[in-house]
Amino acid sequence: MIGLGHYLFVAAVLFTLGILGIFLNRKNVIVLLMCVELMLLAVNINLVAFSAFQGNVVGQVFAMLVLTVAAAEAAIGLAILVVYFRNRGTIEVEDIDALKG
Amino acid sequence: MLLQAIAFYVFAFVVMASAAMVVVSRNPVYSVLFLILAFFNAAALMLLIGAEFIAMILIIVYVGAVAVLFLFVVMMLDINVTRLREGFLKYLPVGALIGLVLLAEILLGLGVMGSETATLAGLAKAGPQVPTITNTRAIGQVLYTQYFYLFQVAGVVLLVAMIGAIVLTLRSRPGVRRQRISEQLYRPKEQAITVVKVPTRGGVS
Repeated sequence: MIGLGHYLFVAAVLFTLGILGIFLNRKNVIVLLMCVELMLLAVNINLVAFSAFQGNVVGQVFAMLVLTVAAAEAAIGLAILVVYFRNRGTIEVEDIDALKG
Repeated sequence: MLLQAIAFYVFAFVVMASAAMVVVSRNPVYSVLFLILAFFNAAALMLLIGAEFIAMILIIVYVGAVAVLFLFVVMMLDINVTRLREGFLKYLPVGALIGLVLLAEILLGLGVMGSETATLAGLAKAGPQVPTITNTRAIGQVLYTQYFYLFQVAGVVLLVAMIGAIVLTLRSRPGVRRQRISEQLYRPKEQAITVVKVPTRGGVS
């Protein structure tokens, strides 16, 4: 019998993999953005699972809003990435130190 | 019910395995392709609990737009794949440690919540609620009435993202001849056309 806990477990593992990817891929900003997408997917799975198991459709509406923000974030992030690559010729995270932070 | 359980375990396994491959894959193109696989299987997981509208939206938006955008950018940028992998092993211990701690904490929190909170324990025992109307209809009934302003704000977010992406990536290089529409439209008739009296059998020089 598949319960809510199974879905929450899958979402937790996905979220953790996203965070792990952000730690491991210190060179490639594209993979970093993909990891952020994975984390947002985990959040979506959580929202939809709670929504379905509670019989309340509002969670799916919120999941759609998360989806919207994820799409906007991917578009803006990749645009910034393209502009950065055009200016510096690299997308390595460690080279992105123009602000000297 | 057994078939549903088997399907859940297959989809959940593929989701987690492909998410892991996104992280550890050597080539960014393979990462994007595994990301697409993860999205497909996550959509299948949502289908299993009756959220078919959000599952289809997930495939359309993520696979059709976001993943293809990623693929486009990965292929457009000329990046050195071998240099990108440097430092992977250096960050592996601390990354794995933080990931394991985070996962353990999330699961611990879920376990405590599931045993202590009555509603969550009840939810965990019960299966997915069987709705009386179709999923798409149910979403539409709340999305266009109760959450209408949120829906509009989502549209504004997308519009801002679209304009922002265009403004960021649009560039005017010197030496490239561009069409200047305002000059074309405000050109008077005298500059645009000349009337030539052509003599018979003379032609226009």
